[in-house]
Amino acid sequence: MMEPGLYHLLFISAALFFIGVFGFFTRRNLVTMLMSVELVLNSVNLNFIAFNKYLWPNKLDGLFFSIFVIAIAAAEAAVAIAIIINLYRSHHSIDVENTEELKF
Amino acid sequence: MLAALTLVSGVLAVTTRQIFRAAIFLLFSLIGIAGLYFWMQYEFIAAVQIVVYVGGITVLIIFSIFLTQQAGELLPKEKMGRQLFSALAAFCGFALTMLQLYQHTFKKTTDEPILPSVSNIGNQMLGVEDNGFALPFEVVSILLLAAMIGCIVIALRSKPATI
Repeated sequence: MMEPGLYHLLFISAALFFIGVFGFFTRRNLVTMLMSVELVLNSVNLNFIAFNKYLWPNKLDGLFFSIFVIAIAAAEAAVAIAIIINLYRSHHSIDVENTEELKF
Repeated sequence: MLAALTLVSGVLAVTTRQIFRAAIFLLFSLIGIAGLYFWMQYEFIAAVQIVVYVGGITVLIIFSIFLTQQAGELLPKEKMGRQLFSALAAFCGFALTMLQLYQHTFKKTTDEPILPSVSNIGNQMLGVEDNGFALPFEVVSILLLAAMIGCIVIALRSKPATI
């Protein structure tokens, strides 16, 4: 068993990224699509942190990028859930097939 | 171990047909990522991950599930062709990424490392000299303010129509 290094972490984050992409392709429900996007964002964060830890330990840039990505993801989730709940009030469904009109 | 937890619960989160279970599996996946941060000794980012994702976003998602879904209802099964095609697309992307990754060797820097301690993070986060992140910090604050106002506006807009 060799010591886990950068490549293992990159493997994990790539796998998580494409799990998120798969979920985004297959799901037809807005909330579950939002969950897939969260998985993708988390994999990107993991990537930033891994590069910061293993390649550039003399700087903290990757860590700050992760913090900003987390902040923006929080804002995005809040806005998305507000839109979803509003959509549910007007359409009584949150499937993407039923949300065709832009303005209601 | 942590990686297995993260990946398995991630897969289950995107494939399970009960939406509430999907949220719970997402929660476990996020906890696994926080554990990976702890393992890399980035304690601050792990704490932020737990507070914001595990404590905030997952609760928000679970609440929105409660508000928009009938309890115990299964999601409709996706079409087989679509599922197959997206699995193929995701797997091809993954294979391409891994191929590129293993053909590439990374050069490590030789400078001495900075500890990712909270005081270092704070000093750099609000520093205006080199390696300072004061401007992006302010931009993110404005973005969060805008998102908050936007949420309030979106939530308020349909009130007169419903009453």
